[in-house]
Amino acid sequence: MQVSPGTRRVDLKTKLLTAFVVSTNVLGNFAMSWGLKHQAVDLGLSPLAYIRLIFTPWVLLGTSLLILWLLSRMTLLGWADLSYVLPMTSIAYVFSAVLGKVFFGEQVTWQRWLGTAFIVIGIVFVGRTAANTTKQEPAR
Amino acid sequence: MKWLMVAIIVGSTVLADLLQSFEMKRHVVAAEDLRPGRLAGMLRGLAQRGPLVVAVFFMAISFFAFMKLLSVADLSFAVPVTAASVALETVLARLVLRENVTAWRWAGALCVACGVALLAM
Repeated sequence: MQVSPGTRRVDLKTKLLTAFVVSTNVLGNFAMSWGLKHQAVDLGLSPLAYIRLIFTPWVLLGTSLLILWLLSRMTLLGWADLSYVLPMTSIAYVFSAVLGKVFFGEQVTWQRWLGTAFIVIGIVFVGRTAANTTKQEPAR
Repeated sequence: MKWLMVAIIVGSTVLADLLQSFEMKRHVVAAEDLRPGRLAGMLRGLAQRGPLVVAVFFMAISFFAFMKLLSVADLSFAVPVTAASVALETVLARLVLRENVTAWRWAGALCVACGVALLAM
């Protein structure tokens, strides 16, 4: 794979897919967490306990959203660099922290808000670069 | 148990992401293939690619370890701490995938890694 530095601009489809990847990740993790917090299940090492848990409504919703996240992210990785996708989708961590505070009453300390600011700054930095710096083969 | 799960999640995520990025760059999915009518064919195509199947296997390990982690830790701890892979993956993207990681991108990845570390505190 040959490097062709920073010439390709980030197009609308890449931006929209990035937003979709972030949304499915945040909502999927939230639904999973909600389901797990409201189940009195002791998860040991038995696969049966995990499989039973997957078919409870909230965990099932979370799992479905995370499957969508996996497939959309896979597609995004074909359109953009891994070193672009990782920081740009990190905004999901911020949304997860906010949802944790709002819905689960988790404590969000000043360190966490500072961490949020760092992530946003990092995203702004990476947003200045081209999404894809490697040559692609045409789709099959 | 908590930190063992974090290690499993980070390790399997790094391997899965590298494999996915490598394979998806070799044969890019076109935007038209995301239309509902062509989605099934696109998914069939993905399922036949060896590196993607291995990547999904690692993602499954990461997923079950994440479920276990969520059952013993807060969401606001579990999600950020597993992002320790960001810095590691950026280095590997440069070394293994030969991506052009510019100064802005290094700075961004460093900021995100610091931010994630702070969120995990």
